[in-house]
Amino acid sequence: MTENLHSSSLGLEESTSPDHRDLLFVNLGPSHPATHGALRAFCALDGETIVAAVVEQGYLHRGFEKDCESHTFQQAIPYTDRLNYVSAMMNNVGYCKAVEKMLGIQIPDRAVTLRVLICELNRIIDHVVCVGANLVDLGALTNFWYFFNVREKVYDILEKLCGARLTSSYTRIGGLMRDVYPEFGDEVRAVLQDVQTSLKDVKGLIAKNRIFLDRTKDVCVITKERAISYGFTGPTLRACGMDYDLRKAEPYYGYDQYEFEVPVGTTGDVYDRIFVRLYEVEESISIILQALKRLPEGPIMTDDKRVALPPKTQTYGNIEGLMNHFKIIMHGICPEPGEIYDATEAANGELGYTIIADGSKNPYRVKCRPPCFMNFAAFGEMIEGSMVADAIANLGSINIIAGELDR
Amino acid sequence: MEATEIVEQLNHSLPGTVRNVLDRFGQAELEIDPVRTVEVLRFLQQTPGLEFNMLVDLVSLDYSTFPGWTGPRFGLLYLLKSLTQGHRLQVKTYLSAENPQSPSVTSLWANANHLEREAFDQMGIRFTGHPNLKRLLNHHEFVGHPLRKDYPITRRQALSANQSLMDEMEARLKERGIS
Repeated sequence: MTENLHSSSLGLEESTSPDHRDLLFVNLGPSHPATHGALRAFCALDGETIVAAVVEQGYLHRGFEKDCESHTFQQAIPYTDRLNYVSAMMNNVGYCKAVEKMLGIQIPDRAVTLRVLICELNRIIDHVVCVGANLVDLGALTNFWYFFNVREKVYDILEKLCGARLTSSYTRIGGLMRDVYPEFGDEVRAVLQDVQTSLKDVKGLIAKNRIFLDRTKDVCVITKERAISYGFTGPTLRACGMDYDLRKAEPYYGYDQYEFEVPVGTTGDVYDRIFVRLYEVEESISIILQALKRLPEGPIMTDDKRVALPPKTQTYGNIEGLMNHFKIIMHGICPEPGEIYDATEAANGELGYTIIADGSKNPYRVKCRPPCFMNFAAFGEMIEGSMVADAIANLGSINIIAGELDR
Repeated sequence: MEATEIVEQLNHSLPGTVRNVLDRFGQAELEIDPVRTVEVLRFLQQTPGLEFNMLVDLVSLDYSTFPGWTGPRFGLLYLLKSLTQGHRLQVKTYLSAENPQSPSVTSLWANANHLEREAFDQMGIRFTGHPNLKRLLNHHEFVGHPLRKDYPITRRQALSANQSLMDEMEARLKERGIS
């Protein structure tokens, strides 16, 4: 027993088979500086090479889907913040878009454009956090500070917008929580300048850096076919050379009216995954500038009485307004019975929600399709045959966010 | 490709498998014979012109408290996407309450392994032919299946022992030809 405890505290395990005496069994995680969350990869090492790996997840499982079933459609929104907590607003948007589609609600143009805007701001944050942390794992700390400085500036804007840095809950079913503040546009433009500068700085540090190239080129390659079979979407799939982006393939929120490119890699290695993200940040900057230019005036919330609270003057001024308010607060939003799957292109890939309504105020079933779930399923296979240090480089590049992985 | 054409092809090549066709907010949903799941999904994946090469998600369902529901208790919803053709399709099977089991599609898509483990863990649906049907999100000592409607949301369980993962590792080493 003591023997056992001792070996597991070192992260080592004994094989029961006499054949594997020459292999060393090591746990990467669940609590490892490079896992950025609690994940576990159990590896069989021959020297420094991983010959076989199996993964375990679930350390952050908290029953998101079960919780949704006992809350109303609106009350589920704060839970979606906690899925991908690096780009919380994209989860809000994905969820609300699915419920709105179910209700047949068209949200106002201003709300649509603002949703595009905050989604792209969140995409920038997600990508710079992912790449910054990935580079730290590779031993390049400076990039991290370049990126985290601008990330903090974007968070300042989001905090001014909704009062929270990370868990924003900024969308509502039918629109947004509140309109942007007057100097929002100028602040966003200023911060985008900073993002550009940080991108230039980081690219200057890594693009021709021999150490970086050696650590990332042809490391943990996944082929296009294998990636599709694993259900990869987003930057990890595009890094394999597959031009697939929901914003182009199944445009929503008028993404087809924005001019932007979809960066695509060639080999599907760590290098491609990092650079696809860096180029995507540039595209997001372009989309935000276009969105700011076209941002129409008007309401940010639909006037559909099924979902929108009436203005306070009506709530306190006439009986219809009061009843409307009461109905929504007490009886909630009740879509007709039905089943829907709806997806958006989140920072990590296709974020989908399957929602089943039974006519009551609570969703009957919510299933979230987290994009990094598929990436993590492939993680074991991807690191087999590579070095331990490469596994660390790979883990950062597929951007596992434990919040959405384990839900 | 339109859903009607897909159904026609299925009716022609695998008659009797499609039981019902529904429109789910713009996406077609086919209800199929649960016994022939693998056959139908393989056909959808491998037929030129259909080419549903991605299993987007697998959703397990429990209809036991759905108002007015008279059908079988459990359901599985396969969400398919073709990256070459650009179309989507939903395929649903219904499973009985007594012994919810369904053939595994791990031979068709690589991510089916984890998705089916999740469905087993959360809903207690057994996948026959799955190479490693263990819990995925919950602890291995967990009792019950939390997304079933009869599992109370307030029930708590104290779980402590680590999982060694050596069983999975032995299987993986064998699979990779290392011994």
